[in-house]
Order: sequence, then structure tokens, then C-alpha cells
Amino acid sequence: MAEEPGPLDPLEVRGPGFLLGPRPRPGRRRARREGTRGALIAFVSTLVFVGLALWAILSSDAWPAVQRQFFDPESFREVWPEVLGGFWLDVQMFAVAEVLILAFALVLAMIRSLRGPAFFPLRVLVIGYIDLIRGIPIILLILLLGFGVPALQLAGVPNSALFWGVTALVVSYSAYTAEVYRAGIDSVPESQRMSARSLGLTQGQTLRHVLVPQAVRNVTPALLNGFVSLQKDVALVYILGVREAVREAQIYNARTFNYTGYIAAAVLFLLASVPVARFADWYSERDRRRRQAMSA
Amino acid sequence: MSGHKLELQEVVKSFGDKPVLSGVDLVLDRHEVVCLIGSSGSGKSTLLKCVNLLVPIDRGRILVDGTDITAPGVNHNEVRQGMAIVFQAFNLFPHMTVLDNITLGPRKAHGIPRAEAEDRARRLLERFGLAEEAGQYPDRLSGGQQQRVAVIRALATEPDLILLDEITSALDPELIGEVLNVIRELKQMGMTMVVATHEMGFARDVADRVCFLDGGRIVEQGPPGQILSSPRHPRTRQFLQRIVDAGRL
Repeated sequence: MAEEPGPLDPLEVRGPGFLLGPRPRPGRRRARREGTRGALIAFVSTLVFVGLALWAILSSDAWPAVQRQFFDPESFREVWPEVLGGFWLDVQMFAVAEVLILAFALVLAMIRSLRGPAFFPLRVLVIGYIDLIRGIPIILLILLLGFGVPALQLAGVPNSALFWGVTALVVSYSAYTAEVYRAGIDSVPESQRMSARSLGLTQGQTLRHVLVPQAVRNVTPALLNGFVSLQKDVALVYILGVREAVREAQIYNARTFNYTGYIAAAVLFLLASVPVARFADWYSERDRRRRQAMSA
Repeated sequence: MSGHKLELQEVVKSFGDKPVLSGVDLVLDRHEVVCLIGSSGSGKSTLLKCVNLLVPIDRGRILVDGTDITAPGVNHNEVRQGMAIVFQAFNLFPHMTVLDNITLGPRKAHGIPRAEAEDRARRLLERFGLAEEAGQYPDRLSGGQQQRVAVIRALATEPDLILLDEITSALDPELIGEVLNVIRELKQMGMTMVVATHEMGFARDVADRVCFLDGGRIVEQGPPGQILSSPRHPRTRQFLQRIVDAGRL
């Protein structure tokens, strides 16, 4: 919905707008009327399209069989507690991994942003890491770390599939997230770095107190996008046998030949990720308005 | 050890194959205020950034209190802790309050405890009429106020040498005066300063000596009265004539 830009008020407190998108502005009746008509058209056309698609699916000969296999209420009730329990593990894995990713990626990005020949070896190491990790499919990393490291039988090294699954996620996501941070650091004007250095701050202090705080604000929407992505990618560790939601659904499927567990898992992942996606949008929009107001 | 505060010897700097400084010699005594004048691109700005070690020089030497700060192995952070630079575009840190902008250098680079640094910052703000703004963020201040905060931020590190890089060029004309007054006060305090400026009236007023830069060299230097009223070098005459024609002198 294209809303005409209203008068900018940087101090405006936007309430639950992040659920509904930009709120129509008072004193702009015409714009609102046009907006309402546009919304109506969009709503009706969506309804017609979805209706047609549903009709096509539901009237197909195979639908009754599919319904029994994927949308069986009885199976849903039966598998729900198990999938929900597994999903709780997904949430925990996500929380732990995300914190570690945000911290580790920041360290990587800061090292990569250091200047001068003294830091060349460190920089090369970090660039090598990022290139290597981004070049390997995440599923392979999970398999290699999850099955490979325990097989080495090293003393003092954990053998748990859960541990190595989460580690693989952290290793992989950190490489991408480091690049997000780096884009943020590069987006801070060079004059800010000069200014900080001229006050006698070291490179590390300049990064920590001047560049990184501004960089993180600049890339928060991109970081939130990474959140949404990781929320679902935690399910990949099912392949190591970790009993999270997808694995529970798979176990149920192996026992009953019914796929409804997967639908249950999908519902849970959706419920968790849609609010975060809406929040990310709301936050970017608010940030954009603030910037516009600032430069006005 | 020579008695000079700052000494540039045959300083050469190019950006790529574009020469910016082609052999600059300059000597500054303690408590002296030197104004650098010259058209845009004459190297004034680069010269100041070289002194602050923000831009490495290609050849020559820069001495501060008789010590070569361009020698290999010199700790740049320590050198910078003894001097300060103020930029044309203020370059305040937008995510910090005025108070935090001012205390960052003293706290982090000089290891002064927060309470003491804030106390000193507040006294400086008071002195320059900005006490009310301590808790504000820079984007809430006028350009003149922002530049005054930038000067205070430079002062807060207690430098022996201040470099001012066209600090009024980005300001609306009615805001220039308040910033120049701060600089006049610094001169009265006995601060050693190198000032790159387009404000000829100000240069005449505040400078002990004016240097005219052209093509990366100091073509002519002397007391402001002489340089601005009866320049000897034809390039200086030409430059000043253009300024007079523009109604700026």
C-alpha cells in the first residue's frame, strides 16, 4: 500500500503500528479515502485468487488422500505435544546461537576493519574464515561438525549432537553476520574515524566507542532479517538426530505414516517468525522516518 | 632541542600522482597564532592533517617540541594526545550527548576518571556559554553551537597545539562570529594555533603571522598587515584581489 508521506514528526510515538503498518495520518482525508479504496481492491483480488487456488486444490481427486496424510485432526492432536516440546528446544537453540553469533560476528567484523600492516595477518585470517564458511552449504557444515568431530574422540571435547549442531549454526551465521556488521562500519563516514583518532583514541577505542555504535544502528534491520532466517534454520540440526520439532514430526511420521506432524511444526515456526518479521519492518520504517526528520 | 613548538621541514605529499604539498617549510613558536590562507586545493587542509598524522607524509620531517613525529616507530596516539584538530564539518559523534563527546578523549585516551572529566567539560561549556546544552545530542544544536562544542572537545584534551581546519566554512554567516570569538579567547589564553581560514578579517585580527599557500608551497608569509595590505608576491596579490572583488575583505 503506497501511503503518501505525511508530515514528519520525529517525536511521534507509534503505538502498536508495527502490527498493522503505517497508520493513516489525520488531516489527510483524501489520501485516506484513496488508501481505503486501494486496500479494498487488494483485499478482494486476494480473496478471489486464494479462493480459486483453494477450489483447485480441494476439488482435485487426490485431495481426500492428502487431507488424511497432512491435515488429519486426530493425528494433529496426537503429535502436537511432541512437536511443541521439540519446538521449545528450537527456541532455546535459537536464543543461544543468536547471542553467540551477534558477539562473534562483531569481533570478526572489528578485526576486519582494523587498518595498518601490523594487523594484516589477522585480517587475512578473518577474510579466509568468512570466504571458507560462506562457500560451504550450511547443511554440510552441520553434518561435518555434528558427525565428524565426535568421531575424532578427542578428550575433553563434547560429543553431543546438539552442541555441534548449534556450533555449526554459529560458525556459519557468524560469517554472514560479520559481513553485515562490516557494511555498517563502512557506512560510517571516514570523518568520524579521523575525529576519534585525532582525540588520541586507539583504533580499538575508535571502533568500540565511535564506529560500532553507529554501525549497529545502521544495520539493525539487516540483523533482524538474520534473526528471522536463523529462527527456521535451527531446524536443520534435525539431521543429526536432535529431537527438535521437525525431528519429532519425522519420528511420528515413521511410526504412523502420517505427515500431519510436519504441518504442526510449520504452524509453530510461522507463529514464531511472523511477529519478528513484522517487528523488523516496523523498526526499519520508524528508523527511516527518523532519518528523514533529522536531515530535514 | 630547538625552542620551536612546531617545525615543518620540506614536507612533501601527493595523492596518487597529484602533488598537494611540494616542499612546505614552516616554523611556529609557542603561543604563536599562524593563519594559512590560499584558494581551495592549495594544501591548507592537507597540511593540518599531516601535522595531526591523519595523513602520512611522503618526504620531509615534522617536529613537535624538537622531536620528529614523522620518524618510524613514533606512537601516533601519544603524538595526537598533545595536539588537537577541529574540522570544517564539526564531526561531532551523533550518538553521544555533548558531554560525552567532550569527555570521550580525556576519559579514553588520557585515562581521566569520568567524574573529573565531566566536571572539566561542564566548566568549559559554561565558559563558552553552552552549559545548557550538556545533555543534548548534536543534531539538536545549531551549526555554530556544534562547532563551538567541537572546539571545546578539542580543548578538553588540554592540547599544547590546536589546528583549525576552516572551521567557519560550513556555517551560516550569522553564526561565524560566535565561533571566531571562541578562537579569539583561545589566543588570549596563549594557545599555539595553526588556522586554515577563508576569513581574511579574522586572520588580520587574530594572526601573529599569515602564510599564503599556493600550489602546495608557502609562497609568502609575514605579519597580517603586510600580507593582506601590501603583498609582495604576484600570486598573493592575485588571490587577495579576487577576495576583494568578491567583497570578502
